[in-house]
Amino acid sequence: MAKKLMKGAEAIGEAAVQAGCHLFFGYPITPQNEIPEYLSSRMPQVGGAFVQAESEVASINMLYGAAGAGERVMTSSSSPGISLMAEGISYCAGAELPVVIVNIMRAGPGLGGILPSQADYFQTTKGMAHGDFRLLALAPWSIQEAADLVQDAFDLADYYRNPVMVVGDGLIGQMMEPVEFYEDRQPIKELPPKTWASTGWKRDRPKAIINSLFLDPAELERHNFHLKEKYDLMERDEVRFATYGAVDSADVVIIAYGTVARVCLSAIEALEQEGIKVAMVRPITLWPFPYKAVREVASKAKDILVVELSTGQMIEDVRLALHRPRPIHFHCRLGGMLVSPEEVIDKVKAIKAGTSEEVQHA
Amino acid sequence: MQNDVIMAGFGGQGILLIGKMLAYAGMQDGKEVSWLPSYGPEMRGGTCNCTVVISDKPVGSPVIQNPGAVLAMNLPSLEKFEADVRPGGYLLINTSLIERACKRDDIRIIDVPANTIAQDLGNPRGANMVALGAYVGATGAVSMEQVEAVVRQTFAAKPSVIDVNLEALHKGYDLGREFAATASGGAAS
Repeated sequence: MAKKLMKGAEAIGEAAVQAGCHLFFGYPITPQNEIPEYLSSRMPQVGGAFVQAESEVASINMLYGAAGAGERVMTSSSSPGISLMAEGISYCAGAELPVVIVNIMRAGPGLGGILPSQADYFQTTKGMAHGDFRLLALAPWSIQEAADLVQDAFDLADYYRNPVMVVGDGLIGQMMEPVEFYEDRQPIKELPPKTWASTGWKRDRPKAIINSLFLDPAELERHNFHLKEKYDLMERDEVRFATYGAVDSADVVIIAYGTVARVCLSAIEALEQEGIKVAMVRPITLWPFPYKAVREVASKAKDILVVELSTGQMIEDVRLALHRPRPIHFHCRLGGMLVSPEEVIDKVKAIKAGTSEEVQHA
Repeated sequence: MQNDVIMAGFGGQGILLIGKMLAYAGMQDGKEVSWLPSYGPEMRGGTCNCTVVISDKPVGSPVIQNPGAVLAMNLPSLEKFEADVRPGGYLLINTSLIERACKRDDIRIIDVPANTIAQDLGNPRGANMVALGAYVGATGAVSMEQVEAVVRQTFAAKPSVIDVNLEALHKGYDLGREFAATASGGAAS
């Protein structure tokens, strides 16, 4: 298909359709309303269904039911709405249901604001909900990558029978960029038929029961170990990242994800013109985090800079990656304000000049 | 090579539309492009703006603090973005609605009486097309051929307005071209 100029939210919606998702359940919230808007007109065209639920809690439980019947399903929301879905996401993980959830993050806490933010890093990677599960999380930095990752998310969700989240900020939702969909796209995983799905019992196979309740502790322990095996496999096989700039000899290595990484790349190119060598590691999966890649690039760089639209949530994973205490510098904007290339340039120069304060840890 | 521009004006002036058309033309030219609208709580008739980046390589930051060009379609937009234009960059001022002059002398200022021109053409709603044409004429950011194609495509459902909008586009384009020619002549003398 030829390139089309698409808004991020529309590209995400179209990507879901292209991936064979014919059921969408959601509840409106800015800045992702164009996803349900797009799908409300698109789903009927492919014989699918768009349902505006009465709440986020209802949406995620509709996903639970439809995924349990073996369908590819998606919902999208923004930060406060994702919090409301958290319980249901845990149930999906417990019942091993492949669901795709898109979070176009907005600034918080509480109702916060509607402008771009990366405030939900902890929630996405560590604390989505109760019960010791993991959420595979993909963070696009462009509209094309958003479209690609949404399609991959469905394959990954089916393969691991686990919820997969695509996390973007308001720029990913609102920006327009050229997007191309590939008609001959193949699944990125070998996907067996969903024999586990509850599609109606005709005495031809064991009953398929979708459930996350295990009152026998021995049985639940077996289930937990089974889930752990999946999470271990994801950590082994699904880490995604990209590196940029002078990865073998950087004065400063930047760790940034999503659209913030693009801002940093502009800064890196400008700094290169001035002879300052900067590298970047961009996590594409936030969980599993690319610990090894960060460690390797950081080991060859003099200084480390984390840039985020949060108060420094990803710093924790960068510290874990390093294995030994090293100074980390940090730059952020909050509340829906954006980082500019000029700010990153100034920060890198301050680090080089020794005038940037390191992040302090107790 | 990168061209970036912030287009700003009242809601309803068709600012977001010409931004999209510019980005689309750039894409058709084989360039990398991004279009980023200001979004947030706005009232009807409030200000709006968009940032368009057209580049030979993948677009880095879609947010531009100091753009190479600003198109100010009303006074609040001039006030907001006048100081941000990169030195040597372009500031297109819709002099039909903005009475004061620009205070800077380190940028290239183009007076575009967009509404007046559009009205004279009998197409008062075409002021945005005049402005788009002027930007393209002055900067050469995208090919006029692609912009024309985009105009035809955008108004395909209303064929009666295609020609008048193309006319407005060309008036603006000529104005932009003329500025580019005299500006370089001025520099030589």
